[in-house]
Amino acid sequence: MAETGIGLAHYLVVSGALFTLGCFGIFVNRKNVIVILMSVELILLAVNINLVAFSTHLADLTGQVFALLVLTVAAAEAAIGLAILVTYFRNRGTIAVEDINVMKG
Amino acid sequence: MTLVSLFFYLFSGIMIASAVMVVSSRNPVHSVLFLILAFVNAAGLFLLLGAEFLAMILVVVYVGAVAVLFLFVVMMLDVDFSELRQGFLQYLPLGALIAGIFFVELALVVGTWQLAPDALAMRKAAAAVPVEAMNARALGRVLYTEYVYFFQAAGLVLLVAMIGAIVLTLRERTGVKRQDVAAQNARTKAAAMTIVSVPPGQGVTNAGVKRADAAGQDFVGQGS
Repeated sequence: MAETGIGLAHYLVVSGALFTLGCFGIFVNRKNVIVILMSVELILLAVNINLVAFSTHLADLTGQVFALLVLTVAAAEAAIGLAILVTYFRNRGTIAVEDINVMKG
Repeated sequence: MTLVSLFFYLFSGIMIASAVMVVSSRNPVHSVLFLILAFVNAAGLFLLLGAEFLAMILVVVYVGAVAVLFLFVVMMLDVDFSELRQGFLQYLPLGALIAGIFFVELALVVGTWQLAPDALAMRKAAAAVPVEAMNARALGRVLYTEYVYFFQAAGLVLLVAMIGAIVLTLRERTGVKRQDVAAQNARTKAAAMTIVSVPPGQGVTNAGVKRADAAGQDFVGQGS
């Protein structure tokens, strides 16, 4: 990797930018749960890029195993989140985040 | 500029641009499609890093399953999405400020951070990348031996997610007519029909056969 001019730092900067964009998406789309879930997916993708970059740089496959587990958890999280979203829409007829305050004391 | 760096900048540039479009797109369907584009480009980055198996898994799992799931949900919900974007410009300065601070912090960490000189010697030697084997085979050798419990735990996570999603979205509709084979087979001739001798010149109403209500039920034999 080092001889091509693209090192570990390049990948870290890219994944940092992606992570930042995910956080920014959560802040900006405060009312739309679907885009918030997509932003969480972007954050997890940034984490995966970090893990794989370190795995390649250190020549250790453990990072890729960990990235595989993160991928699994991300898929499960998306499935459960969308199922909750569908159930919520069925009961309330809206998906606005600000209306989800039934359990507020 | 070598070919690798060219493709690195290509993939990462398209990925960052499509991530921007994901969070700022007006239509959620466009957001999902840009999310797919971001994942495909991330798979390209994984290929550049030499993680071929994870790149293919990313395409199969994310583009093939998760993004399609998002697409289904976005198209299934009948929501006015323009209403949900009301506070976009209101939250934009705060979000941009926090994201900017975050990115500057990350850039400072990446800029000054160094790998320890003996980190390569201290890493776990058992999981080192083999020179000869392919990436998928090497990953399988590690995953099914040393990390087999984590592998099983990942399978359990997926099982729990599947059961949870089914339980959450399963809906028993009431008032829907369904075929009940057991009830059909349990009907006997005595329970199902009545023979009424109708006298000539009179209607069936006088013979004791009562017509059911307007609910569309069957005849209910009562007499004789």
